[in-house]
Amino acid sequence: MKQAIWMFTLMAAFLAPSTVQAQKVVAKIKGSDTCLPLSQKFAEVYSQKNKGSGISVLGGGSGVGIEALLSSTTDIAQSSRKMKLDEKMKLQKAGKKVKEVIIAYDALAVVVHPANPVSKLTREQLEGIFTGKITNWKQVGGPDMKIIVYSRETSSGTYEFFKEHVLNKKNFAPSALLLAATGAVVQSVSQTKGAIGYIGVAYIDKQVKAIDVSYDQGKTFVKPTIANAKSKKYPVTRPLYYYHVTTTERNIKPFMDFILSKEGQHIVQAEGYVPTF
Amino acid sequence: MTIRKLSEKLAVGVLFSSSTVTTLAVLFIIFFLFRSGIGLFNDSSVEPHYTLVVHKNNPIDHLTSQALMAIFDGHTTNWSEVGGKDLPIELVTIDEIASQYDEAALGESLEGVPACVEDYMAHNEQAIGFFDATFVPADFSGKHLVLPKISLADFFLGRSWYPTAVPAAQFGVLPLVMGTLWVTFLAILIALPIGLIAAIYLSEIADERMRKVLKPVIELLAGIPSVVYGFFGLVVLVPFIQRLFGLPVGETALAGSLILAIMALPTIITIAEDAIRSTPVSLKEASLALGATHWQSIRLVILPYARSGIMAAFILGIGRAIGETMAVLMVTGNAAVMPSTFLEPVRTIPATIAAELGEAPFGGTHFKALFTLGIILFVITFLINTAVELIKPKKP
Repeated sequence: MKQAIWMFTLMAAFLAPSTVQAQKVVAKIKGSDTCLPLSQKFAEVYSQKNKGSGISVLGGGSGVGIEALLSSTTDIAQSSRKMKLDEKMKLQKAGKKVKEVIIAYDALAVVVHPANPVSKLTREQLEGIFTGKITNWKQVGGPDMKIIVYSRETSSGTYEFFKEHVLNKKNFAPSALLLAATGAVVQSVSQTKGAIGYIGVAYIDKQVKAIDVSYDQGKTFVKPTIANAKSKKYPVTRPLYYYHVTTTERNIKPFMDFILSKEGQHIVQAEGYVPTF
Repeated sequence: MTIRKLSEKLAVGVLFSSSTVTTLAVLFIIFFLFRSGIGLFNDSSVEPHYTLVVHKNNPIDHLTSQALMAIFDGHTTNWSEVGGKDLPIELVTIDEIASQYDEAALGESLEGVPACVEDYMAHNEQAIGFFDATFVPADFSGKHLVLPKISLADFFLGRSWYPTAVPAAQFGVLPLVMGTLWVTFLAILIALPIGLIAAIYLSEIADERMRKVLKPVIELLAGIPSVVYGFFGLVVLVPFIQRLFGLPVGETALAGSLILAIMALPTIITIAEDAIRSTPVSLKEASLALGATHWQSIRLVILPYARSGIMAAFILGIGRAIGETMAVLMVTGNAAVMPSTFLEPVRTIPATIAAELGEAPFGGTHFKALFTLGIILFVITFLINTAVELIKPKKP
């Protein structure tokens, strides 16, 4: 059955150029929920410009997308993390060569209540705060106030990334409050004086204060802005990926070119992510 | 004549089948719940296809999930703390291997990885390795640790809930069960007296005009979507509680209980009022005729008569509160800690299931654990129903 589908895809790939125009792309994108709004915007704009295109976008999580690539149920897997080594091996075993394309970057900012005088922290201090070793703001140069840690839910990709890159793979404190959405983190941090949380830079507004972060034991502190993330000065930045199998590259090339074009990257910036150039 | 008989038979058939279908649907859901949840125990808390390895001279054979988490979180840093030699623990994953060996050793399509793992683990007695099982060679010179299994005690008495922790996930549901019970208990404590008083007022004291205004408004309360209650709670109630008690954080069990109490009120009031109003007029008149005042009649005749209906209101109120998900998810903060006061965040079972099921890999250990949580919830409500059924007095 799988082979039949595979053969059919191959045949379609050969037949396609003779019957349709080059710009028309019919594809499925599946995976990370972080990439979801961005992919939807790409698909919307592209379909408007190229009549007859049908690009469907599905969420479900990065792992789900890569799994779908393995079972050939999607053309593109969107992922907010790099493909894991064992996922790569699985694809290799299935005889599939995968191409990785970075479509944008996403910077994570650490935010506190606007009235909090603390405005910069080192990675080590952040690790202490989020794992529960540091529990009072006076331990990091602030007022005598209990630290309230807000985190995203354990299953979110943002949680995983923050845990891996800021907490050095250690687990969050059990007392951390887990919220289901970034909007909820902003709301809660804005109304809790001792709060600290983490959100994508696109979500920073006047209700919360973003913290400057140092990854060199406090020598230099960098403000989380799109410009700093673009110039690679800001360290808590993760690439967002599209993965596709090399055999279907021809079908989706116009779409991929569009994403990496000036226009595509303009959409990236407009949606609050960091462009690749 | 025969047509009428036939249509009657048909009507009976429809009635019969609809009640049968409902019963079957309930049984099917219960069956599905148990089938999906069972099989959690004796699963390993380490993700499938992964393995833990140590050096051959390491005396440790197995570590518990808790010990593994402490090691990988950096709380346990020496082998002597878990009964081994006096050596510092070194954590090794595929990333360390990849950074220790060059491209040539790892191989173009990673075929050299097992050899690198063997080489590294053989030379580092202090190391504990966490790898995909395919990266460990078949003739590995070191030792595979016995992977910890999830036991009944770990599950029901465990106090930490880290369902996605690596290498060993923690499924201790005690904080979640306690959180659910605390929030529900306080909600009922608040809602029951208010609901009962309102029901008595509406059915016995309020005049017809007042009732015509109040009753629809209370029923309207039941029609508000729970996410709206949650949002109201998050932006109004949570900051209010924080200021009122001078707390560091407003997302508390109390906020959840208050929201749940408001949500359970329409159910309690409507059913209790119906029960009170169903008291036969002859009983009331008899009481008044014997010289009892209106108050005495309510207290001594009407309420005892309506007791079973009030009990039903109580059960349905609890049912509404214990299973409520969205509003609680938004206002209780969802920190999986053992509740010690109503003024701290808690995590409830429904909120946990709602927040985690979407991302849990289908059929995996985390998935099963969430269904087992569903079973716990089902058993709690079942027990409450049965208890109330047993203490319910027979109708006179």
